[in-house]
Amino acid sequence: MPQLDVNGKAIPIDDLDPSMPLLWFLRDHAGTTGVKFGCGLAQCGCCTVHLGGRAVRSCVTPISAAMGQKVVTIEGLSKDGDHPLQKAWVAAGVPQCGYCQAGQIMSAAALLAENKAPNDGQIDAAMSGNLCRCGTYPRIRAAIKAAAKEMG
Amino acid sequence: MSHRDAIDAIARPDRRGFLQGMVGAGAFLLGVRAGVIAAPEPQPGAADADADFSPNVWLAIDRDDTVKIIAHRSEMGTGIRTVLPLVVADELGCDRARVQVVQAIGDEKYGSQDTDGSRSIRRFYEPMRIAGATAALMLRRAAAAKWGVPVGETRVTDHRVEHPKSKRKASFGALAADAAKQPIPKADELEFRKPAERRFVGHDAPLEDIRGIVTGAAQFGGDVRRPGMRFAMVARPPVLGQRPKTVNDAAARKVKGVLDVIRVPPFEGVHAFQPLGGVAVIAEDTWSALQGRRMLEVTWSDSPHAALDDAALSDRLAKIVEAPGRVLRTRGDVDGALKGAAKTIEATYRTARLAHASMEPPVATAEWKGEACTVWAPTQNPQAARDEVARLCGIPKAAVTVNVTLLGGGFGRKSKPDFVAEAAWLARKVGAPVQVVWTREDDIRHDYYHAPAAVHLKAGLDAKQAPVAWLQRSAFPTITSTFAPGANQPSPMELGLGFTDVPWVVPHLRAEGGEVENHARIGWYRAVCNVWHAFAVHGFADELAHAAGADPVAFLRDLIGPKRLVDPTKEGCEYPNYGEPLAKYPIDTGRLRRALDAAADGIGWGRATPKGTGLGIAVHRSFLTYVAAACEVEVSREGAVRIPRFVIAADCGLAVNPDRVRAQMEGSVVFGVSLALHSAVTFTGGQAGQSNFHDYRVARLTDAPNAIDVRLVGDGENLPTGVGEPGVPPVAPAIANAIFAATGKRVRELPLTGADLSWS
Ligand code: FES
Ligand code: FES
Repeated sequence: MPQLDVNGKAIPIDDLDPSMPLLWFLRDHAGTTGVKFGCGLAQCGCCTVHLGGRAVRSCVTPISAAMGQKVVTIEGLSKDGDHPLQKAWVAAGVPQCGYCQAGQIMSAAALLAENKAPNDGQIDAAMSGNLCRCGTYPRIRAAIKAAAKEMG
Repeated sequence: MSHRDAIDAIARPDRRGFLQGMVGAGAFLLGVRAGVIAAPEPQPGAADADADFSPNVWLAIDRDDTVKIIAHRSEMGTGIRTVLPLVVADELGCDRARVQVVQAIGDEKYGSQDTDGSRSIRRFYEPMRIAGATAALMLRRAAAAKWGVPVGETRVTDHRVEHPKSKRKASFGALAADAAKQPIPKADELEFRKPAERRFVGHDAPLEDIRGIVTGAAQFGGDVRRPGMRFAMVARPPVLGQRPKTVNDAAARKVKGVLDVIRVPPFEGVHAFQPLGGVAVIAEDTWSALQGRRMLEVTWSDSPHAALDDAALSDRLAKIVEAPGRVLRTRGDVDGALKGAAKTIEATYRTARLAHASMEPPVATAEWKGEACTVWAPTQNPQAARDEVARLCGIPKAAVTVNVTLLGGGFGRKSKPDFVAEAAWLARKVGAPVQVVWTREDDIRHDYYHAPAAVHLKAGLDAKQAPVAWLQRSAFPTITSTFAPGANQPSPMELGLGFTDVPWVVPHLRAEGGEVENHARIGWYRAVCNVWHAFAVHGFADELAHAAGADPVAFLRDLIGPKRLVDPTKEGCEYPNYGEPLAKYPIDTGRLRRALDAAADGIGWGRATPKGTGLGIAVHRSFLTYVAAACEVEVSREGAVRIPRFVIAADCGLAVNPDRVRAQMEGSVVFGVSLALHSAVTFTGGQAGQSNFHDYRVARLTDAPNAIDVRLVGDGENLPTGVGEPGVPPVAPAIANAIFAATGKRVRELPLTGADLSWS
């Protein structure tokens, strides 16, 4: 039976439409509602998850493209919510409404996994696809730098 | 502060209703009635429960020491769900680890729950303090009686009552049952913590929901899951007032996962908070509903609103304000002074229609049990949601329960409960719980828009280059039209948002308003009319400074004039002052000036900048708060705008949670950057021309200033005032003024996407 590996758990796909975006599979079938919907067009980054370790926009990634790869959502980023970025987010008081923040953290986590000490230009490149209507950008930038420092 | 003013009555509540489920046996229940009865806040057509005396603050103490505090306002990013309960906890002497925040359902016993107008702290800071102080005194009295000591020798601290002399201590939980039997203290018996004794108020405190947010566990509107729940997408009329003429749902019904296709009735009369109607696709999951909706073939009827064209409307608004209008406020003889002026200048400013575009589009879930309906929704106004569900479904209010989830942003959109009523109506029809999901396209095409506007200004300088006359006219579709069909006159409340309250000391001054009818849903939007009024008034003040050959900050100081209290009502103006008496919350030019000076200082006003770089500044009072914004802008030779730095100087009186005040100001800068640089919805043929973030652009990380320096310059002795909105208005004019300083090009239209800002 086809299934997807979501945060280390096998979730059956059954006979779902293979073109269903991973976003809706995660939200409606896998119980991982930490993944958020903001645009459905790869414009806002709210739906960002890791697929095979890379940050992807799950709203434009069909489940067929995720088969055989590990999907990690905000719920699976760390065991106890203690990823350096999660800690930095709390310390810097980044969130306002919080809706975009799962996507922000997942984009930032993929960045830091590849680049331990990103400069402003690299942060821009990695994070400019994630909108925050509340305008938490300055704190996002500061928290990424703080987390990078801690990860050393 | 006068406690008598703030308290109406304190009464022990009965134990009925949902509180019963919240508290354990022996728990101590306390209800405090809100008595902050200011002049009723003029909100066209919308009943405002602030005008009644219902209890609005509740707390309960369990035997196990847990203090449960109700958060009755909606959390959309300001931190209110954290901050107001901590006001109670501070007076009560709580250990935060043993405080549990309980989100209130929609019920008028809490007073107004309409979380808008930047008034949650303003209206409820005092009642919350009273709630905490009342409970503290009752617990102390219980302990004193038990120990046989004078009440005056006891104190509350660290979640317990202490008698230092005898070193006796008792936990809140152990005293709760006895405390509940104590008489309710009178207002003048209450003791309040002095500022130095406060542990939460005036201090930074993390959000109640921070952990849930960073781990994905926090529950927003769309995260609600009910057994057997269906998902719905609605094809709504592209033009306001259209109805489906023909519906072919054969292909939609064939989509896997689609369960049903249902016609949703159109609204009756004026649209107000009613759902728009249309055709709903019900499915097993969101994707199937979306696919099904794509396959619908619907033709729509005509509508009287199909001619709306925003380009034409903007030109009309400009024409309206360039001709005399209805006089709203007058001082001296403006016409005579303009005639006698050595120099006059005039200009017309325009701003675009805007969509709120909160990151979470509208979404709501409803479930019926018999004739009772329960909804879960990210609503700013749970009482209005309850009322609209009851009205639409024809059931009594008492049969509707509205649970408030976290809001993924609101900005005014989620004060309108059309989307909540839609879910309730559909759930009954379907016979199962239904979650109605709005796509971003639905959100941008079917918003209650921030209206487009035009403002005309004319001013005169005397021979010494001093301003002698100031004439201003404003025109825009009124929000009143959302409730009253055909309304075409802006209300005093809308005009009082940064227009009729202009604080300039200039000897001859007149404000006028124009009339225009409306053809789209419009509504409150973060800072509302302050956005265009501040853009025009402060942009033009900068123009006038340059016309006078003066430094803009020095000129602004002269325009503001000496320290005094401005009273527009003495100049023939109906001025609501955000629903508060001017005596309590005056227009204080001294505070305006202090904010201006702090922002000018912060940005390094007066320093030399290379061509292409400029400094700009604006200072504006709104929601009773004074905010000055100063920025540094870089414009490339090709005309691309970059904003490396912003300084905000804000005076909101006492900053109850300074970190959240700073966060709101930072967010306001980014919000202001969006509307200044990028965002516009343009209607043609009665339909929105934009649909998603590729064509309705908002600021990204790369557009946001890297450095936003927020300085809180208020006096902690002053009453706390608004924070969520007042940061927004001065941002756009500061940017426009900085662009002028950088390039010599004056921006008079927002967004500035169409302007050629190149220079050589
Ligand atoms: S929802 Fe996927 S990028 Fe916006
Ligand atoms: S915190 Fe609200 S959208 Fe980012």
